[in-house]
Amino acid sequence: MLDGTSKPLLKVNNLKMHFPIYRGILKKQVGAVKAVDGISFDIMQGETLGLVGESGCGKSTAGRCVLRLYEVTDGNIELDGEDIADLTGPQLRAKRPEMQMIFQDPQASLNPRMTVGSIISEPLYEHRKMTKPERRARVDELMDAVGLARRFADRYPHEFSGGQRQRIGIARALALNPKFIVCDEPIAALDVSIQAQVVNLLEDLQEKLGLTYLFISHDLSMVRHLADRVAVMYLGKLVELGDSETLYTAPQHPYTQALLSAVPHPDPAKAGNIDRVILQGDVPSPANPPKGCNFCTRCPVATEICHKDEPEWRQIGEGHFAACHLIK
Amino acid sequence: MLDARATILDVANLKTVFNTRDGMVHAVNHVSFSLAPGELLGIVGESGSGKSVTMMSLLKLLPMPPAEITDGDITFDGRDVRAMSDDELRRVRGGEIGFIFQDPMTSLNPVFTVGFQIMEPLRIHLGLNKKAARIRAAELLELVGIPDATARLKDFPHQFSGGMRQRVMIAIALACDPKVLIADEPTTALDVTIQAQIIELIKELRQKLGMAIIWITHDLGVIAEIADRVAVMYAGQIVEHAEVSELFKNPQHPYTRALLETLPDMSGTRSKRLRSIDGQPPALGKAPSHCEFAPRCTHAFDRCLKENPKRRDVSDNHDVACWWDAKTGGAADA
Repeated sequence: MLDGTSKPLLKVNNLKMHFPIYRGILKKQVGAVKAVDGISFDIMQGETLGLVGESGCGKSTAGRCVLRLYEVTDGNIELDGEDIADLTGPQLRAKRPEMQMIFQDPQASLNPRMTVGSIISEPLYEHRKMTKPERRARVDELMDAVGLARRFADRYPHEFSGGQRQRIGIARALALNPKFIVCDEPIAALDVSIQAQVVNLLEDLQEKLGLTYLFISHDLSMVRHLADRVAVMYLGKLVELGDSETLYTAPQHPYTQALLSAVPHPDPAKAGNIDRVILQGDVPSPANPPKGCNFCTRCPVATEICHKDEPEWRQIGEGHFAACHLIK
Repeated sequence: MLDARATILDVANLKTVFNTRDGMVHAVNHVSFSLAPGELLGIVGESGSGKSVTMMSLLKLLPMPPAEITDGDITFDGRDVRAMSDDELRRVRGGEIGFIFQDPMTSLNPVFTVGFQIMEPLRIHLGLNKKAARIRAAELLELVGIPDATARLKDFPHQFSGGMRQRVMIAIALACDPKVLIADEPTTALDVTIQAQIIELIKELRQKLGMAIIWITHDLGVIAEIADRVAVMYAGQIVEHAEVSELFKNPQHPYTRALLETLPDMSGTRSKRLRSIDGQPPALGKAPSHCEFAPRCTHAFDRCLKENPKRRDVSDNHDVACWWDAKTGGAADA
């Protein structure tokens, strides 16, 4: 899927998203929830970058920032050579067709009062000058592509199962021929037997249409299967990024190690002899992150320096980045 | 079906239906299993496979009507549960059988302190006075690994994180020293790191207290980790049942085999493509007259669409409900 000649389609540099906290009758700002606090990564053309982390670590916010669903606090987002972080109004709107999103909950992201046909054609209606029959033809094409029968176009979302609803969401995301798609936990709400169907569909579409994915998930085994490279996020910051083979076989950051060892193994023979790192406690609040390294409160190997200085995001191997004082 | 070990809970031929406006829904179709003291039975299945309804039926926790238990025997500790009066049932629920539910936020009452909610079963079931109950509640919180237990009794559920709330739920379930603990997807709503904490806690508590546990989940990884025996459910029926290592080593039912193959491998090499199970789980509008998995099964033949298979023994501790024989690849002689 990847070769040395591919160029980055998306470049994110020092992206920050702080949500202000207001208190009192005068609504004075008393602080900020640092949901995303300075993350940088690239995604190559045709590549899948997996973004993993626990709930509340800011991975969904990061995905939404990249699509400019928020006004970002700071940083650059370069899509196809153009910085979109500060675009507004018509210029931003003109960029929207190139980047799309597949949402987690297919139930909540489809309007229950619209037919499947109108849901899929809505982006066309908004962004393309097409006649009704042209739109209808494109809807048919899209429904074929995601494996839904054309005759379902006049039905409503409640008539479909979870897996089929997710296919409708995918068809809608594909309507405008985007280059880049953010998949925000697209399989989390689905049953195991249906998850595989949707994942295979995403892979087929990528191959056929040359799509680039940012795949956000907390399912580490599915990310390993899908992603070429994986970024691990903790409390608004990236802690490690590397190609999925290296990251899964030789994780460097203590958080990545703990996260991977926590995944239960579907093999009772192996389950007994895993060296498991069990993290104590919970993720601290992003409104009041700990001093020094974000992870120092739960890190099993933290030393004095970890409580004082913030570790620098640096390269530790070929295409392998991490932020930790203890990695040589 | 099982060997003659001592059993604490025995369920035979349980059938539960819901009478709805759109007709009858056959949620649980003749489910049988038993549980030995101190054992951990895992129940796996997709949503809608009847795992939760089976467990709720045991203690009549379902709203009746619309739910109705139409057939079967439930024996708990030598007593017939179906014949119990409401008063007797109330003593068993939360007393001798503890429940942990999936979502710790919605199963704790937001307007009462955590201490009050742990003390409630102690006072009702064990008749402790307020002071004794408070001391015991603090012990329980400590047991489930909540630091500074006595002070935290005064806190409300929203002051705890998700993993902590689930620990509180476990403390409540364990309050009266139950003989059986039913855990309905206790880690599904939690992150993997917190899930690992809870699994470790349950393992520890099991060793300390020795109760039998029924653990419902859809995650085969979790099952591999903690269960002694596993029952796989599909469309309201148990389709395969075996000791845990046997099930993962030697799965017989095409559904179990497919489920295991759909899981991406965390170690080893990355597979090219995931095996998927085509089609959808069935709607349960009719009582099963044929194998419910047949329309999605790659091994189905004519008999599968005509007759519903009964569970047959494969080996001592392994049975399967399927007409197809995984060993020969042909029809099973049953």
